[in-house]
Amino acid sequence: MSNSSEKKIRVVVAKPGLDGHDRGAKIIARALRDAGMEVIYTGLHQTPEQIVETVIQEDADAVGLSILSGAHMTLVPRIMELLKAQGIDDVVVTVGGTIPDDDVQELKTLGVAEVFTPGAPTQQAIDFIRSAVRA
Amino acid sequence: MAIRPIPGEIERWTHERFERAPERDAPFSTISGEPIKPLYTEGDLPEDLEAAIGLPGEFPYTRGVYPSMYRGRLWTMRQFAGFGTAEETNKRFRYLLDHGQTGLSTAFDMPSLMGHDSDHPRSLGEVGREGVAVDTLQDMEALFARIPLDEVSVSMTINAPAPIMLAFYVVAAERQGVASDRLAGTIQTDILKEYIAQKEWCFPVDPAMRLVTDMIEWCSEHMPRWHPISISGYHIREAGSTAAQELAFTLKDGLTYVEHAVARGLDVDAFAPRLSFFFNAHIDFFEEIAKYRAARRIWAREVRDTFGARDERSLLMRFHTQTAGVSLTAQQPLNNVVRTAIEALAGVLGGTQSLHTNSFDEALALPTEEAVRLALRTQQIIAEETGVANTIDPLGGSYFVEALTDRLEEQAYEYFAKIDELGGMVEAVKRGFPQREIADAAFRYQQEVESGMRKVVGVNAYAEGDDHQTALLRIDPAFESHQVDQVREVRARRDQVAADAALAALEAAAREPDRNLMPLLLDATRAEATEGEMVQTLQRVFGTYREVPVF
Repeated sequence: MSNSSEKKIRVVVAKPGLDGHDRGAKIIARALRDAGMEVIYTGLHQTPEQIVETVIQEDADAVGLSILSGAHMTLVPRIMELLKAQGIDDVVVTVGGTIPDDDVQELKTLGVAEVFTPGAPTQQAIDFIRSAVRA
Repeated sequence: MAIRPIPGEIERWTHERFERAPERDAPFSTISGEPIKPLYTEGDLPEDLEAAIGLPGEFPYTRGVYPSMYRGRLWTMRQFAGFGTAEETNKRFRYLLDHGQTGLSTAFDMPSLMGHDSDHPRSLGEVGREGVAVDTLQDMEALFARIPLDEVSVSMTINAPAPIMLAFYVVAAERQGVASDRLAGTIQTDILKEYIAQKEWCFPVDPAMRLVTDMIEWCSEHMPRWHPISISGYHIREAGSTAAQELAFTLKDGLTYVEHAVARGLDVDAFAPRLSFFFNAHIDFFEEIAKYRAARRIWAREVRDTFGARDERSLLMRFHTQTAGVSLTAQQPLNNVVRTAIEALAGVLGGTQSLHTNSFDEALALPTEEAVRLALRTQQIIAEETGVANTIDPLGGSYFVEALTDRLEEQAYEYFAKIDELGGMVEAVKRGFPQREIADAAFRYQQEVESGMRKVVGVNAYAEGDDHQTALLRIDPAFESHQVDQVREVRARRDQVAADAALAALEAAAREPDRNLMPLLLDATRAEATEGEMVQTLQRVFGTYREVPVF
């Protein structure tokens, strides 16, 4: 558990795009919360603009994007671009979903810190966010 | 000759024999968490087995809805397909028909499912990704070009805008010279499970229920061979529910549609024979078989006793099955071939009327043609080589399967009682009750996998590291701009006055709660209004829906 004197990590869990597959997003939201983080779950069908707005409003340390619609190469670059335009460079961005290997490399080039594909344990995401935010 | 153990025999055997050897360190419960005994005997059968299971084609239909089942006709092998443009999907459809598939099943893309045209800003990046983009009548005609709609049965997986898609389909067939009363197939239309699990909606719950009921009513008069709704547990299960939750929520959704149609004055026997179901086939083999058997029995009893159906056909719970996408792993993807075969076998032993087998590469991307063919071959091997279709309900009377069937039925009725306490399914959905139950079950299962209590081969057992070596289907991004051009062309060339008038009439009718909207949607289709225009028109009257997320 996190040290009580430490500030709680604030994570936005977001569902960009139109797909309604929210099992993974909800599981990860709950796992991060149980791990002592402050979790803001946006709910479904969020536009990139709405997500970036939430990240700013909530003063988030990290944002986890869950996408299973295949639209990640449109939506994630747009979110990265909007974050940059707002001068936000200290928010850890992770992506979870059915992301082919080639796209993983491209997303990382755009500044995504880590990509979690199907089967990744929630503990892996917890550990990653914790160390990336503290770094 | 019965081998009912004399009282005390099981206890004696347990003590003297079974407990002598230690058990493996394994959960010994179904994937849903239901504990399983080491041995089932005649003592686990229902008191009156004959009454509980009956004979095939007879009440309570536990053993099957038809007297001959697969001796008469095999299940329909119906692979779900759709991606890119209508032209591209039309090619895949004709490929599947050429390879022995006997029915078509259409997957729509996310914008179509949400009622957005392809050129809507929210459609960006999603057009043709997870299914085919259908914005207009023209797209629907391209989708079924050179496919005789009076000969194939067609299934369309779409819900919130289902009445609009059905209108497109009816008019497309009309232009092929096929009248609506000759069309056979299914459209999903199960809006309750959208709010519960699949989460593709256009309107708030109450007006959405009105649209569903409008469609059921219209179909009962004009489409005698059509299934206007496919009450679906599939997505509930994929969202992480247990087998019992899938069973309970699906049947309760179905009973709720019946209740609404009856409240509108329809005779239950005028539409109930056309209701059909859609279940998941997950990896826990016997639990799945028991689930289908329990579903048939519950449905027959409820429709007969609660709604007073007299036509025997109203009591038949006919269902489509799809193997569990959620059980597929991105790791060691070839293992998914085996999972799918076992799941498909459960569907068949459970007496399904049609079946979709998933392709092994679907945890990674949409399936390649080769993977789809292997999935279809899996069904053909079950049908032609294994001998399982030789006899009806081969597991009927199995101590274990009958006990599990009873247990699932009991759990379903427990959920029915809870939902009734909340004021029925519509209320329960508005309050997020099934949503919460499913989220809890999904989280519990994930914890069980992560703790290592449940093994998933290739993921937390027998893992090998680098697993992503399989060819993936890539959707050409050029599809999207092509589709955007298509919908704009339709808007530019149509008779705008006629389109505006049809949409205005639709809006006016939507304001009158007693008007059936189907004829107005058909008129708007003939005037070439787009899907997005019809949805937005209705949203001006009905509003939109926003979920309060629970996790």
